[in-house]
Amino acid sequence: MNWTAIAAIYRFEMARFFRTLAQSFLSPVLSTSLYFVVFGTAIGSRIQEVEGVSYGAFIVPGLIMLSVVMLSISNASFGIYFPKFLGTIYELLSAPVTFIEIVIGYVGAAATKALFVGVVILFTASFFVEIRVEHPLAMAAFLILTCLSFSLLGFIVGIWASNFEQISLIPQLVVTPLIFLGGTFYSITMLPPLWQTITLFNPVVYLISGFRWSFYGLADVPIVFSLLAILAFTGLCLAVIWWIFKTGWRIRS
Amino acid sequence: MTTILSIKDLYKTYAGGFEALKGVSLDIKEGEILALLGPNGAGKTTLISTICGITTPSSGTVTVGGHDIVGDFRAARRMIGLVPQEIALEPFEKVWNTVRFSRGLFGHGPDNARIEEILRKLSLFEKRKSSIKELSGGMKRRVLIAKALAHEPRILFLDEPTAGVDVELRKDMWEIVAELKQAGVTIILTTHYIEEAEAIADRVGVIDKGKLLLVQEKKTMMAQMGKKQIEVMLTEPVAAIPASLAAHNLTLNGTGDTLIYTYDIHAERTGITTLLNDVAQAGLVLRDVQTRQSSLEEIFVNLVSGEPA
Repeated sequence: MNWTAIAAIYRFEMARFFRTLAQSFLSPVLSTSLYFVVFGTAIGSRIQEVEGVSYGAFIVPGLIMLSVVMLSISNASFGIYFPKFLGTIYELLSAPVTFIEIVIGYVGAAATKALFVGVVILFTASFFVEIRVEHPLAMAAFLILTCLSFSLLGFIVGIWASNFEQISLIPQLVVTPLIFLGGTFYSITMLPPLWQTITLFNPVVYLISGFRWSFYGLADVPIVFSLLAILAFTGLCLAVIWWIFKTGWRIRS
Repeated sequence: MTTILSIKDLYKTYAGGFEALKGVSLDIKEGEILALLGPNGAGKTTLISTICGITTPSSGTVTVGGHDIVGDFRAARRMIGLVPQEIALEPFEKVWNTVRFSRGLFGHGPDNARIEEILRKLSLFEKRKSSIKELSGGMKRRVLIAKALAHEPRILFLDEPTAGVDVELRKDMWEIVAELKQAGVTIILTTHYIEEAEAIADRVGVIDKGKLLLVQEKKTMMAQMGKKQIEVMLTEPVAAIPASLAAHNLTLNGTGDTLIYTYDIHAERTGITTLLNDVAQAGLVLRDVQTRQSSLEEIFVNLVSGEPA
């Protein structure tokens, strides 16, 4: 394994993040604050508690997931699409690195950035509501696994995309609706029975449920299912990436 | 000199069915400068891309320093530096950081002294803290070379290094190439500037339609394939070539004051003495005589068009 090359890619990608550190920091703080003002205050005044947890505190795990998932995808997709767009990918392809090393470098950096923002949101949220974390290890594991798996998805999107519009296509058309309908702002037990069943086909439900369980011990679906879902999603993304690199799809002619 | 790069029967057919390389075989010796000449679409960039790992070969083998580019790609690629045709750089990155990135990517740890040496050699050290977007086109090309040299390669590929650059920068590039050769780096450059190959290459390869038509020492190629001409300049212009000189197959220039005689330098008799005698016999008075050898460009055009030089 060429760890020096992995470190070089990782450092190069992180430098992009640090160049706009204030932006990287302020943007999630502002958007989280807005969510609390709009959802926490406006809707929260009508929904006092969900299963014994104040509404403001209840939406924190969902809010973190929302940002972390979107950022993981955009970080990783831009990370690999940019070299394609600028033509600098020639250097990656002609370097003595395997595709696994390229993935570790790019996905690792994208996941780190998303993780940083996730922590910032958690910290910001603690100023608005009282947060308790019942299962800190599970919380960390879910957060890290989410960052990694959606960064893998973002990497696939970046390889697939042939223009900037396509990069935002998957996050906007697929991922955002799944997250909003996945129980970010509500418990699926609040839905009519038919919709509860339909919602179970949304993979994000398992993610948010598991993450929320790590905070408050509340889960819409059994925790094991949540863990299996995130592992299965990670496995699927890895399999697609393995196929991309084996065939050189959209990278190597 | 030992062979550092060996290409055997290399074929590349793209997914659409286009055959970019049709059985290219070539050995390149350590420390030489080889210029690959060819028109647009001849296969020059595909050949380089295949050797460097950007494009996968359809069949054939390439070894770099004895390492197969597929089976032992890490060792092979560590020996190669590539300067691409297009200026492909991250615009917001600093010069120093982008060169350090390239070094790391090829598995070398950070070595500030080495990076400084490279940047100084390429007159980039003063710009080390500048963003790429602040640099001129010429400076960006130098950054590409610095990146390619960051991991101390033994072979450097320069794909159209002076395409679209001004004369001064082109001369600078040639000096850089000469210095690298002095340092023992093997250089393979593609160009369609014939004067570039003529000025700096040791050997010249002509590639067209995916086939290597010829690879020869530059001097040998010019000597073997070049025609020589004598231009006989007259004190007074003539309306037509005198009939007594018809046997020499002369041509007359536009102003009628120069007779042009083409001959083969390897022929047993060049016919120059007879020509000059006949010119004097015809009553023409010479103002000057000069000889001219076919340029590489003429040789190249003739090779590609299939006509003798």
